[in-house]
Amino acid sequence: MTNLVTDPPAVAARPAPAAEKHRQVSPLGGVAHLALFLWALATAGPLIWVLLASFKNNTEIFLGKPFALPESFSLQTYADAWSEAHIGQYFLNSVFVVLVSTAGTMLFGSMAAYVLARYRFPGNRAIYYLFVSGLAFPTFMALAPLFGILQSLQLLNTFTGLILVYIAYSLSFTVFFLTAFFRTLPAEIDEAAMMDGAGHLRRFFQVMLPMAKSGLVSITIFNIVGQWNQYLLPVVIMQGSGADSKWVLTQGIANISTQAGYHAEWSTLFAALTLAILPMIVVYAIFQRQIQAGLTAGAVK
Amino acid sequence: MRHGKYPFIIGFLVVPLALYLTFVVGAYLQMFQLSLTDWSGYGAFRYVGLDNFAKLWDDSVFWIALRHNLYILIGMPIVTIGFSLFLAFLLNVGGRSGGGGPRGVRGSKVYRIVYFFPQLLALPIVAVIFGRVFGSDRSGMINGLLPDSWSPRLFLADERWALVCIAVVLIWQQVGFYVVLFSAGMGSIGQEIYEAAALDGATKITLFFRITLPLLWDTLQVAWVYLGIAAFDLFALVNIISVNKGGPNNATQVLSYQIFLNAFQNSQAGYASAIGVVLFFLTLTFAALTLRVTRRDAAQA
Repeated sequence: MTNLVTDPPAVAARPAPAAEKHRQVSPLGGVAHLALFLWALATAGPLIWVLLASFKNNTEIFLGKPFALPESFSLQTYADAWSEAHIGQYFLNSVFVVLVSTAGTMLFGSMAAYVLARYRFPGNRAIYYLFVSGLAFPTFMALAPLFGILQSLQLLNTFTGLILVYIAYSLSFTVFFLTAFFRTLPAEIDEAAMMDGAGHLRRFFQVMLPMAKSGLVSITIFNIVGQWNQYLLPVVIMQGSGADSKWVLTQGIANISTQAGYHAEWSTLFAALTLAILPMIVVYAIFQRQIQAGLTAGAVK
Repeated sequence: MRHGKYPFIIGFLVVPLALYLTFVVGAYLQMFQLSLTDWSGYGAFRYVGLDNFAKLWDDSVFWIALRHNLYILIGMPIVTIGFSLFLAFLLNVGGRSGGGGPRGVRGSKVYRIVYFFPQLLALPIVAVIFGRVFGSDRSGMINGLLPDSWSPRLFLADERWALVCIAVVLIWQQVGFYVVLFSAGMGSIGQEIYEAAALDGATKITLFFRITLPLLWDTLQVAWVYLGIAAFDLFALVNIISVNKGGPNNATQVLSYQIFLNAFQNSQAGYASAIGVVLFFLTLTFAALTLRVTRRDAAQA
């Protein structure tokens, strides 16, 4: 944060660019690099620290040398985190729930958005605004009634309940984004398909969805990341007896963190954190462009 | 092929609408009903009129939580946007100025990848990491980095700093997203505008305030709304890293946590709903802003 305060004077002192066209390194370049590098360090530092600590034992962790290398690199803490702290189970639960609910969100979201974007019928605007108004209100506001609704439907502490709620709460943004997207698609191809005798369903699945691919990819990434990162909804829904076997990753790790306060098994916690972070790094390394584009697509238009 | 239009429309809308009405709209509507009751979260309830709201008026913790939400709602976006703008400007315009207009610094792609990564981590995971980063003995990362002669600082256990720490965590996670977002915005500003201005001898400060900032104004508005929504979503952070449930001494108490505590720990789901109702009206102001921005989006897309 100090960069923000100290750098501008250096910037102001810099001579006009035209005066030093051929200079290789400008003073601002140096300051810019320093500021940018410091923030990179601040971003990566905690993550590197977590990785290192995951190999350390409690004594090493309490030595107060956060970036010292561990004495040995044993994978025992990881094995403990995976099976004894049930990270493996939580991880698989998360994968299952997010796969099903993202698929559901995309199917139902694109169906609703398509109809709202390309068909005229009474109530069209009203339904659209009903969906979009959900964007304005934070999820936690109506927690207590949501709990009651799931209770009365006997969906508390079930994957079905969690998945249905994920889909319902993801529809607002999905419908909002895809409606705008479907509207931009050209009408000609659609009309040509209609002339050829394609029905409504066929036109949706064989003409419109393929044309909307880029929009669908963006919003799918958005939903996967959003649902994978959910914490509040699973905490509310997955409670009751035997709930812990159905916890998702975020719940599981938060729980180990509070447990670790009493048992002080810090290295297991750090291993669990690393296990949660690593897949994201791998996926990010592969799909970095699409992910950045997908997540910012909702905001720039 | 006009036949079958209405069955198709209904067929495509029925499932998404049913899910949305049940879990989202239903929950918000019931919130109003339940706010007038003494519902505990289970079983029967009776209507108590406006008792919950009277109690809320006298509830000092509610006012503390509300104040904290406002602090973060105003402070966090200002710092995040200011700092992200600064970094994005350095990335895109901070490079040497050989051959006309300003360039991005070398390695700007790598910086963008590193900065963005925390955005992919679940907020609860980030919370657990920073719970340890701010650890109050030598096992915490920051205290571990302090010289041995210094006594370890209490971060989350210090009333004066606990809320600031939570805001810092949120900023740490968010900055990269906005660097990428603003970079995309700056990338769409024509290079020739910068070149022309640079030839006229404009300093980088002038470039920033006269060209970048005005042309980026729309993106900044969107960023403001997004950050406003994020500023409400403090549940994961408070639930995981605050000491003593929103402490110490309510120093990190926020509204989302108040709703959760009352609904699920204190068995006062009716009262929690009343907080939700108050919040509903408070966010309407914010919602009006959101809708205005999103509507402009929909028109442009």
